[in-house]
Amino acid sequence: MAETKQVVVKIKRQAGPKEPSRWEEFSLNWRPSMNVIICLRDIAENPVTSGGQKTTPVTYDSNCLEEICGSCAMLINGQARMACSALVDHLDQPIRIEPLTKFPLVRDLSVDRQFMFDSLKRVKAWIPIDGTYDLGEGPRVSPEVQAKGYPLSHCITCGNCLEVCPQVNQHNQFVGAAIVSQVRLFNMHPTGAMNKRERLEALMGPGGVQECANAQNCVKACPKNIPLTESIAEVNRDAWKQALLGWLLG
Amino acid sequence: MRQPKIIVVGGGLAGLMAAIRAAESGIPVDLFSIVPVKRSHSVCAQGGINAAKNQKGEGDTTDKHFDDTIYGGDFLANQPLVKRMCEAAPGIIDLLDRMGVMFNRTPEGLLDYRRFGGTLYHRTAFAGATTGQQLLYALDEQVRRHEAEGRVKKFEGWTFLSAVIDEGEICRGICALDLRSMEVKTFPADAAIFATGGIGAIFGRSTNSVVCTGSAQSALFQQGVDYANGEFIQVHPTAIPGEDKLRLMSESARGEGGRVWVPRNPREKRRPKDIPESERFYFLEEWYPKYGNLVPRDIATRAIHRIVYQEKLGLDGQAAVYLDVSHIPREILNRKLEGILEIYEKFLGVDPREEPMKVFPGMHYTMGGIWVNGEDQATNVPGIFAAGECEYQYHGANRLGANSLVSCIFGGGLAGTSAVKYVKNLEKGATAAAQAVYESERKRQEEKNQKLISQEGSENPITIWRELGDLMTEHVTVTRTNKNLEVAHAAIQTLQDRYKRINLSDRTRWSNQTLNFARELENMLILSRVITLGALARNESRGAHYKPEFPDRDDANWLKTTRARWLNCDVQLSYEPVDISLIKPRARRYDAAK
Repeated sequence: MAETKQVVVKIKRQAGPKEPSRWEEFSLNWRPSMNVIICLRDIAENPVTSGGQKTTPVTYDSNCLEEICGSCAMLINGQARMACSALVDHLDQPIRIEPLTKFPLVRDLSVDRQFMFDSLKRVKAWIPIDGTYDLGEGPRVSPEVQAKGYPLSHCITCGNCLEVCPQVNQHNQFVGAAIVSQVRLFNMHPTGAMNKRERLEALMGPGGVQECANAQNCVKACPKNIPLTESIAEVNRDAWKQALLGWLLG
Repeated sequence: MRQPKIIVVGGGLAGLMAAIRAAESGIPVDLFSIVPVKRSHSVCAQGGINAAKNQKGEGDTTDKHFDDTIYGGDFLANQPLVKRMCEAAPGIIDLLDRMGVMFNRTPEGLLDYRRFGGTLYHRTAFAGATTGQQLLYALDEQVRRHEAEGRVKKFEGWTFLSAVIDEGEICRGICALDLRSMEVKTFPADAAIFATGGIGAIFGRSTNSVVCTGSAQSALFQQGVDYANGEFIQVHPTAIPGEDKLRLMSESARGEGGRVWVPRNPREKRRPKDIPESERFYFLEEWYPKYGNLVPRDIATRAIHRIVYQEKLGLDGQAAVYLDVSHIPREILNRKLEGILEIYEKFLGVDPREEPMKVFPGMHYTMGGIWVNGEDQATNVPGIFAAGECEYQYHGANRLGANSLVSCIFGGGLAGTSAVKYVKNLEKGATAAAQAVYESERKRQEEKNQKLISQEGSENPITIWRELGDLMTEHVTVTRTNKNLEVAHAAIQTLQDRYKRINLSDRTRWSNQTLNFARELENMLILSRVITLGALARNESRGAHYKPEFPDRDDANWLKTTRARWLNCDVQLSYEPVDISLIKPRARRYDAAK
């Protein structure tokens, strides 16, 4: 019988935030259209390393498995990307899998991205409607505005843009490109524009849009192809305009 | 004065809408979700949301939407609330529009509408092919605002274990598990709304997300909350097969002109583009001239099965047919369908703008679910409400495409409003419940965890789960026979025996996903029996439930709702009449105008 083709995977393991980390290697049976999630499931069913050591299943975040929920971001061969769309046949082996490094570690490949959700609160990333009772139709929106806004509304809050940003580090609380881009989206909407000022102000303090140092890594790492650098440039311009206006008017 | 509290379990469209309604009325909400709510399964909905706005001048009305929904559901849905939903739908679109959803627009700046299955009208509002994502985000943003302003408290990363029910059989809160610290804790509340979504994991592979296990529904069922029409499972005609999941290819592909076909010659070797029109078999268009590619899902799915298994015309002898959009101009595809075409391209490496997609039916949705009373989303246990896919009442025997999002938002809103009314009228609130009620429930759940973590055994939970999924997919989806259903039911019981001997490969007390999965699996096994027994008993064919031995709908004997109850640790079925007071049942056919 021909030997089954093997997939070799190396995973950085860590039992908890304060535990030491270590690498474990696994050898798995190759199948067509295998992705990193299938590798992790194979390990869960038979958690034994290549060296024959029994271990625990790998803890990781996942949900939709079609790159739209934003859960399964991790470092795969050093690249921040979604595990569900990382196809084994397109990856060099051994496949090295690590957790994102810019967020607090929970366990193994699972991290806590609450910072991003808190940042969405900080910039008031919503349309402040009066209530959910019947108040008639929304404002007219031109197809041009829709065509600009729709791609921005695809952000899955995966955190990859923060992971690759040199300005997101221990000394700097930059909210990251994803959040700046959300501000652009809400400021573009006819109703959202009424609170434009508030959102821009929220982006002017420490961690705000001025922290961007234009490395432009974010736009390359975004799995949804969001024009993040364009968003940062536009929001930055608007923020400056507002600051200048404030200064002129005293 | 006592301050009531409402708990919402589940952060998809229905749960978020319920939370917004309750928060708006000034009642504090605790919102529980396994994943951050922005990552809920509603995000996967693609094609759109139905509302009879008649914006294309076709003479569409909410009554026609109502009739299409009842007819599409093969007359199994109780009618009055479905009518209310269809009447509310245009207002729901307005609300979402006000919340800033980036719907596709007409040149005049109005919302654009497209066609979907089971209707002849352009009734589906859409945001590209990622409508669910856009809608979920809109509600997520509104909830975040309520959260920032202190009306909603989120418990993300917690999973529901059980309801806290007192000696008067009234729900007084919930018991939940923190998925990081693995702490079991009870939370008092005057009412609990469940919006815990689908049950795809019971079928192993489906179009559903990982969290859609039906575990919460099953746990409630075992605590005395009835479950209705479990046997009605929707298999979506067009999904991309995959080992980890079946990725949905939205009905909107056909709504925008996509065509389903196979080569007429089963030994065809040419590339699909080189096969002339005359040698292609557009079987849906030939068999159903009036609705063509937009027949309802149960019909399209059975047609594809017939092509593959009886006519032996599957592509290269495999279980697959073509879903072709390559004749549609690129600009239109990119503007209206980009989201799904990207999924196909990313996971299969083929550009569907150039080459037809290869698809096959996959388990997608449960029409059945928690029994609710037809008026206010209340279950048979006071204090417990349900909304969204986890309850049964809007779609009858088959759901029409783009009706799920509207039913989630309508049902969720109604559940929120109803729960507020309920807690305000409650004589004694949760604060009056004895502490012992909470403590004994917490202990019961903690002991379950302890037992699972410490027991020695030989069975792996994932292996049992895979076998369950294979069984359910083979015997309890598209074509059902009583013999196979009996085989499946016996096999599930064997799996339940094996479950007693499972061995957890992770016994730690921090972020232990194996323990949580083992708990979900136990609940999945019980719910799979409810589904299988319901199917076994129902000797007719109606909507998605198809038995060749009983090929016709049998209104004389089976125009009734299946109601499953947990009695003495076993599934008991009973039946109740369907409310058909508004539209008289008639034969359902899609080869001609109805």
